[in-house]
Amino acid sequence: MPSALPDGDPAPPDGALPGPALASLGERPFGLYVHVPFCRVRCGYCDFNTYTASELGGGASRASYADDAVEEIRLARKVLGERGVPVSTVFFGGGTPTILPPQDLTRIVAVVDEEFGLADGAEVTTESNPDSVGPAELAVLREGGINRISFGMQSAVPHVLEVLDRTHDPRRVPDVVAWAREAGFDEVSLDLIYGTPGESLEDWRASLDSALASAPDHLSAYALIVEEGTALARRMRRGEVPVPDDDDLADKYLLADEVLEQAGLGWYEVSNWARSDTTRCAHNELYWTGADWWGVGPGAHSHVGGVRWWNVKHPAAYASRLAEGVSPAHGREVLDAETRRVEDVLLRVRLREGVPVGVLDEAGRAALPAQVADGVVSAEALARERVVLTLRGRLLADAVVRALLP
Amino acid sequence: MSKSSAPSAPKPGQTDPSVIRNFSIIAHIDHGKSTLADRMLQLTGVVDERSARAQYLDRMDIERERGITIKSQAVRMPWTVGEGVEGVEPGTYVLNMIDTPGHVDFTYEVSRSLEACEAAVLLVDAAQGIEAQTLANLYLALSADLQVIPVLNKIDLPSAQPEKYAAELAGIIGCDPADVLQVSAKTGMGVEALLHEIVRQTPPPVGDADAPPRALIFDSVYDTYRGVVTYVRVIDGKLSHRDKIKMMSTGAVHEMLEVGVISPEPVKAGDLGVGEVGYLITGVKDVRQSRVGDTVTSQVHGATEPLGGYKHPNPMVFAGLFPIDGDDYPTLRDALDKLQLNDAALAYEPETSGALGFGFRCGFLGLLHMEIVRERLERESNLELISTAPNVVYEVVMEDGSRLTVTNPSEYPSGGKIAEVREPVVRATILSPSDYIGVIMELCQSKRGQLQGMDYLSEDRVEMRYTLPLAEIVFDFFDQLKSRTKGYASLDYEPTGDQAADLVKVDILLQGEPVDAFSAIVHRDHAYSYGVALAGKLRELIPRQQFEVPIQAAIGARVIARETIRAIRKDVLAKCYGGDITRKRKLLEKQKEGKKRMKMVGRVEVPQEAFIAALSTSDSGKDKAKK
Repeated sequence: MPSALPDGDPAPPDGALPGPALASLGERPFGLYVHVPFCRVRCGYCDFNTYTASELGGGASRASYADDAVEEIRLARKVLGERGVPVSTVFFGGGTPTILPPQDLTRIVAVVDEEFGLADGAEVTTESNPDSVGPAELAVLREGGINRISFGMQSAVPHVLEVLDRTHDPRRVPDVVAWAREAGFDEVSLDLIYGTPGESLEDWRASLDSALASAPDHLSAYALIVEEGTALARRMRRGEVPVPDDDDLADKYLLADEVLEQAGLGWYEVSNWARSDTTRCAHNELYWTGADWWGVGPGAHSHVGGVRWWNVKHPAAYASRLAEGVSPAHGREVLDAETRRVEDVLLRVRLREGVPVGVLDEAGRAALPAQVADGVVSAEALARERVVLTLRGRLLADAVVRALLP
Repeated sequence: MSKSSAPSAPKPGQTDPSVIRNFSIIAHIDHGKSTLADRMLQLTGVVDERSARAQYLDRMDIERERGITIKSQAVRMPWTVGEGVEGVEPGTYVLNMIDTPGHVDFTYEVSRSLEACEAAVLLVDAAQGIEAQTLANLYLALSADLQVIPVLNKIDLPSAQPEKYAAELAGIIGCDPADVLQVSAKTGMGVEALLHEIVRQTPPPVGDADAPPRALIFDSVYDTYRGVVTYVRVIDGKLSHRDKIKMMSTGAVHEMLEVGVISPEPVKAGDLGVGEVGYLITGVKDVRQSRVGDTVTSQVHGATEPLGGYKHPNPMVFAGLFPIDGDDYPTLRDALDKLQLNDAALAYEPETSGALGFGFRCGFLGLLHMEIVRERLERESNLELISTAPNVVYEVVMEDGSRLTVTNPSEYPSGGKIAEVREPVVRATILSPSDYIGVIMELCQSKRGQLQGMDYLSEDRVEMRYTLPLAEIVFDFFDQLKSRTKGYASLDYEPTGDQAADLVKVDILLQGEPVDAFSAIVHRDHAYSYGVALAGKLRELIPRQQFEVPIQAAIGARVIARETIRAIRKDVLAKCYGGDITRKRKLLEKQKEGKKRMKMVGRVEVPQEAFIAALSTSDSGKDKAKK
């Protein structure tokens, strides 16, 4: 079961944005997120908005997806007006974007370029499963303007992949990375998951070593989150697999940071490491820095100038809205100044640059010395008027945020 | 021959004592007392079967509309006996059925209700046999010199064993098993014969009609609409609605607004004469002005000697009650004020706890009384409450000879100048299948009990008598007894005095800060296990903090147990849900909401739930209420 959408205000049928939000467009980088809600199988841990062929039901199909996405991009153009907002990042996420024919994705890139214009050096990423692309597909993607690819490797250890329901052969990862390099991708990223039930510290080290053997430009390492309503949560409740242990997760995070830093990948966000500042995921940074993006596709989330909205989740509902010329937005919220400040602290604190002390209110600033004393906030950075998490603090980021916000 | 709806029934105030029969029904909670009472109301024509249900519904409506609680503390029923009933003079009799409170903490109230009767129907489930509390109430009836009429109920059940339990009852009260009546209140079988038997066996009341009036208060109930309704049994003389009455324990004088009888609705009467049972209303608003056991007389030419046996109710068990939401403190205060109007035994005073905030130290007659009060407060005033572990009253004698009464562990003197500590003891009666004698002895021994005697009630059922410290009963004795005997044992107890004991106060410290809500006075031999258990429990319940938190149990400055909550190492959501920042922010808001419900002990954040869970000795509090 995909997770629930947030509660919010109803979104207007034409997708129109309030004047002030629209007026500030262009002050921040602008990107597009394209959500491809299809998978061949649903992994047991996943609560993302994605559907297998059998879950999809009538009224929607993979075949018509690109048409619908194009329709929404045209709507976006209309809503955002004629102002020049070159797109600095495009990110195809899912689901499994590469389950679609590569031409569908490149067609969408072309329409983005046509409607908005891609900025110079724009980062255009697609997520992919190691077993959903081969050299031919990669070549088409690259030629169509996609210059960054992120493979869902998750683990190099077969029994771990099995618990995660991942179907690929781990030995395929070095191959697809090599093919991507041959196809001319500028950046290759790998996604790993740690803390899967049954994964030992040595298993995790093996996965890190194996990922590093492919020399990725970027690596994301996410602790497994057991989401309510997933098959994995049910298995855990029945006692079939053990519940992740926070201390084990902390050990694995520390190991990851140590091994990755040694290999020349530096952390720039709690769960992300990059070979250099230029190989960071610019699209992800939009999220953490409060920039603007339009989320295309079923269940996709958008943000423009303090307005957040989200699309209807089901591909059939999404398609029929667009067919009727109605915005697929299901709900939205207009953030007030204090909420925007709260989000700013909440999001930026995860970055290596941290939060300027000035963003904090008086109580938040007063709470800083105790956080430094507890060893979770860097004293050195604080001297530069920035709140930056220490290594220990990165593992306690949510607690720090609670201490710094009212 | 018997159905009479009473044109000829004697009127209140003009009833010859020789036709009055006052009785109670003594029964365990689910042995069918109310079904039997309903059946009697129908058979005597006071309530007919069809209107019984309608009437019941009406009452619910009235209760809802006006907040009146109508109870049938004492119902007057006419009963006509025709020719040919052996041993009974034909004629119309007046039966007064007096209700008794059905549980262990209200022994005194039960004794007053019984004092208002001449007979008691001992009603026992023919499939279960007698329970400890019923036995205790039976002993009260016997010591009040009541005629006991033994009855087995539910004889229609396939699992009924009337012969076995008739023999058991006969053995206890010393009658012939053939004299034990057999009824089914549910089907009505045998109930008519029982009514005849009540007329035959119950001695008519005896009193001096010409003496100054004396009436025993056996119940008093606060009604928002009428004020306090006082239930009385007239012993001597006559109470008239024109009288001013005097409460003999306090000398307080009240205007009499109304006297009457319940049949089953209140019926006004001019007077109540010797042997009659009814109610009076004086307009007082607080049951403490109309106390159970007190004697009512007239202001003018009143009696000079009260009826014997009046006792002021003294709380035996104390606990702190705190609202979970601190803002509810005024609501709790108002709710207690209101409840006290109807509960003369409830005592309370404000208390401040470092851990739990503002609340009240409350005194109760016993554990069950505590459960009832707490449930009523929560239900009727929509409150969520935490109660601290209940404790008894200790008398602390200091070396300089001064004495201190301790109802709260926080008042326990620190320092070594204590000469002696005295604690209340009770006499406990336990009825159980004989298979469990061993486990019960083991339990009682571990709870510092002394065996006083043991008797077989029947081949395989046994009555065991122990003296036990009340503190042990209050702790978890009943739960333990029930679980070790698979629910078969029943318990009754009554206070018998006090004893010196080697008691100490155990404090629980979080990061060196004492948590007042967890301090307890325990026997020295149990201090270590109490400390270890609570520290261990808290280690499980208190979430890990950003720093290591030691939990200590200490007697004075001496640490007897220690646990450590390790520092938390991970508290971060690894990912952001594909740009769904709203979800992340809501998660933070939820976490912050949770933090607001935390109590700070020094720098340690303790969730309210941890206090609640640590303070509940088990999850079987509800069972106690059913005792």
